[in-house]
Amino acid sequence: MKIIVCIKQVPDTTNVKINPETNTLIREGVESIINPFDTYAIEEGVRLKEKFGGEVLILSMGPPQAEDALREALSLGADDAYLLSDRAFAGADTLATAYTLAAGIRKLGGADIILMGRQAIDGDTGQVGPGVGVNLGIPCITNIRKIEQIDEDTTITVERLLETGYVRLKTRLPVVLTVVKEINEPRLPSLRTMMKAKKKEIIRWGKDDLEVDPNRIGLTGSPTQVIKIFTPPKSPRGKIFENGETKERVASLLRELKKAGINLKGDEERIKDGTD
Amino acid sequence: MEPIRVIPEKCTGCKLCVKACSYDAITMVEKKAVIDLEKCTICGACVDACKKFEAIVIYRQTFEGQDISKHAGICVYAEHHRGKLAPVVLEVIGAAKQLKKDLGENLSSILLGNGVRPLAEELISYGVNEVWMIDSPEIGDYSEDIQAELVSEILMEKKPAIFLGGGTVIGRSLLPTVAAKILSGLTADCTELSIEEIDGRKILKQTRPAFGGNIMATILCKNHRPQMATVRHKVMDEAEKVGEDHQGKIVEFNHISIPEPYIKVLDFVEDVTEKISLEDADIIVSGGRGLQDPKNFALIEKFAEQIGAAVGASRAAVDAGWIPYSHQVGQTGKTVKPTVYIACGISGAIQHLAGMKSSDIIIAINKDPQAPIFDVAHYGIVGDLFEVIPEITRQLDGEG
Ligand SMILES: Cc1cc2nc3c(=O)[nH]c(=O)nc-3n(C[C@H](O)[C@H](O)[C@H](O)COP(=O)(O)OP(=O)(O)OC[C@H]3O[C@@H](n4cnc5c(N)ncnc54)[C@H](O)[C@@H]3O)c2cc1C
Ligand SMILES: Nc1ncnc2c1ncn2[C@@H]1O[C@H](COP(=O)(O)O)[C@@H](O)[C@H]1O
Repeated sequence: MKIIVCIKQVPDTTNVKINPETNTLIREGVESIINPFDTYAIEEGVRLKEKFGGEVLILSMGPPQAEDALREALSLGADDAYLLSDRAFAGADTLATAYTLAAGIRKLGGADIILMGRQAIDGDTGQVGPGVGVNLGIPCITNIRKIEQIDEDTTITVERLLETGYVRLKTRLPVVLTVVKEINEPRLPSLRTMMKAKKKEIIRWGKDDLEVDPNRIGLTGSPTQVIKIFTPPKSPRGKIFENGETKERVASLLRELKKAGINLKGDEERIKDGTD
Repeated sequence: MEPIRVIPEKCTGCKLCVKACSYDAITMVEKKAVIDLEKCTICGACVDACKKFEAIVIYRQTFEGQDISKHAGICVYAEHHRGKLAPVVLEVIGAAKQLKKDLGENLSSILLGNGVRPLAEELISYGVNEVWMIDSPEIGDYSEDIQAELVSEILMEKKPAIFLGGGTVIGRSLLPTVAAKILSGLTADCTELSIEEIDGRKILKQTRPAFGGNIMATILCKNHRPQMATVRHKVMDEAEKVGEDHQGKIVEFNHISIPEPYIKVLDFVEDVTEKISLEDADIIVSGGRGLQDPKNFALIEKFAEQIGAAVGASRAAVDAGWIPYSHQVGQTGKTVKPTVYIACGISGAIQHLAGMKSSDIIIAINKDPQAPIFDVAHYGIVGDLFEVIPEITRQLDGEG
C-alpha cells in the first residue's frame, strides 16, 4: 500500500506572544514544529504500512527550513520525504496550496491513501485536504477518528467524527483522509530512527519540476487576500473576588450575580430539563 | 460535472445557438438544443447567442479572467440533519440578512435532500427570498460528493456574489470542496462579516481568528465569485422570523442529474454521554486540570446538575481521560455561547478561550489570580475550587 502524508511546518502557537506596542506576533524564539494534527497522520500512515506493507512518503510545501519537519517525520518511521519549495509558491492560500500539493502527489505517481491533519494550527482552516481531493479527482473525508477496515486494497471503512457523534462511511481507494487526534497515539522517535533519518536525502522540487500552471500557484493563484492583521481587543477586568473567607467571596459573587439578574438556581424548567 | 448544459425549460428552440457554433456541436432534438460534448470546445459563442433566454450555462470556470459582473445576491447553504435545519443555518441567515441591508440584493438558500420541502418553507419564514432546492429520493443520506457536485452546479448557474455556510464539520468540508471545484476563494470560520465599498465595488469583508485565536485577520476575495465563507457557530445572532407578508419562492433544479454516491453512509452513532447538548445549553459548567483527578469530576457533574447546566471540559481534562472528547470546549472542540459559562480549574489558554469567549457571562474559579481566564471573566473567585464549589452549592441551597 502506498501512503502519502502531507505535513506542514508551523510556529508553535501555544507559545506565541504578542508585542503589546506594535500588536504583532513576536516570531523570535517561537519554535517551529510539525503541525500537531499532522503527527497523527504520520503515525496512522506508519501503522498502515506495518499492517499492509508498502511505503509512507512525506510531502510538504514550504520554505527550505521546513526540511527540519520532514526529517523529524522520517525519524517517526516514514520512508522518504519531498519538499515543494520555490519562491513562486509563496503566499499561497488554501486553494493554491491544495493545487500545488496535488501536483506533487501526481509527480509521486499518486497513492492509495493520502493522509493529512484535520487543520493546521497557524491558519486553522482545514481546507487544504478537501482541495487536494478535488484536484486529484478523488474523494476526501475529513475528521477521521478511526480507519475500521480496508478490504483487498479497494474499499475502506472509516469513522468520521461529527458534533453529535460519529458516522461510519465506506468508499473506494484512492482517498484523501484528514485525521483527528482520537485516531491514535503517536510514537516517539528512537535513537536508531533518528540516526537513519539524519542520513536520508530530502528531495526538493521547485515549480519547474512540477506540472503546474503558473497562474494557479503562490500569491497569483490565491483568490483570497489578507488585508489586515490585528490582536483581538482586551476587555476590562471583571469583578474578581480575591480576599476574605471563601464564604464571603461566594456570597459576594452570588450577590453580584443576582444584581445582574443572573440567578443560578431559580429556573425550575431548566433544572428539570437537565436532570432527565 | 458536465462543462456546459442546456436548460430545457428555458430553451425556446430558436436555433440562434446552432448558427453561432463554429464547431457544429449543437443540434435540435424535439425543438430543444442538444450539445455534443465531443465536438464542443466550450468557447462560449452559444452562451452569447442565447443571452436573451439564458438557456445555456457553462459550468467550468477558468481561474483567470472570470467575469464577475453578473454575480449578485447572497446564498446560504442549508445544512440539515434528520429532518431539521442545523442550528447554525439560522445564524448564517441572520448574518446574511445584515449583509443584505448593505448589499440590497436577493437572499437565497441551497437546500438538497429527500423530503426537504417543509424545510424550504421554514427557510422562507426566516426571510429567505428564494430557496434553490432539489428534493429527491436519489439524494438520500447526506453524501458529501453528491452535495458538493450539486451545490457547485447550482452556484455556477445562479451566480450569487456571496455563498455562506456554517462552520460545522460538514460545512468546513463541503465548502472547501465546492471552492476547489468552482475555483473561488473561501475564508474559514469567520466571526465577523460586513460589506465594504472598495474601488466602487461592494466587497465582503471577512474577519476570523488565526494562530489559535492569538490574532485576527481580515480577508477579502476581490476578483473571484462567489466570495465564500464558513461562519463560526454560536457567534452570529440567529435570524428572526419575518411577517406573513414576506413572499419567498422555491426554485427546483430538476434538470441537474444526480450522480451516484462515491461515499456511502453505513450508520450514525450518537454520542450518549451528553445529558444536555453543549451547543444548546443555557448554562455550562466546565472543568479543567485543576480538578486533578477523574473522581473529582463528579464535583462538576453534581454542581451542573444542581443548577441545570451542561458539562464542558478543557482539553487537558479530556486528554487525561476524565471525560469524553465530545465535552471539549475550544479551538479543537466545540464552540459554545451559553448565557453563563462557569470555568472551574481552567487556566484559560487561548485555544480554550477560542471556544467560549463569546459566552454572555463568564465566571471563573481558579486559585491562581494570574490565570488568563480572569482576563475574559466577567465575574470570578480566586480560590480553591474544592472549597468554593461546595460553598456555592450550600449557599444556593440555603437560599432556595
Ligand atoms: C493545536 C491545539 C489545540 C488545542 N485545542 C484546545 C481546545 O479545543 N480546548 C482546550 O481547552 N484546550 C485546547 N488546547 C490546549 C490548551 O493550550 C491548554 O493546554 C488547555 O486548555 C489547558 O487546560 P486546563 O486549563 O484545564 O489546564 P491548565 O492550563 O493546567 O490549568 C489548570 C488551572 O487550574 C488551576 N487550579 C489547579 N488546582 C486548582 C484548585 N484546587 N482550585 C482552583 N483552581 C485550580 C490552576 O491555577 C490552573 O490555572 C489546544 C492546544 C493546541 C496546541
Ligand atoms: N504547505 C503545506 N504542505 C503540506 N501539507 C499541508 C500544507 N498546508 C496544509 N497542509 C495539510 O493540510 C492540512 C490542513 O491544513 P489547513 O487547511 O491549512 O488547515 C494540514 O494538517 C496538512 O496535513
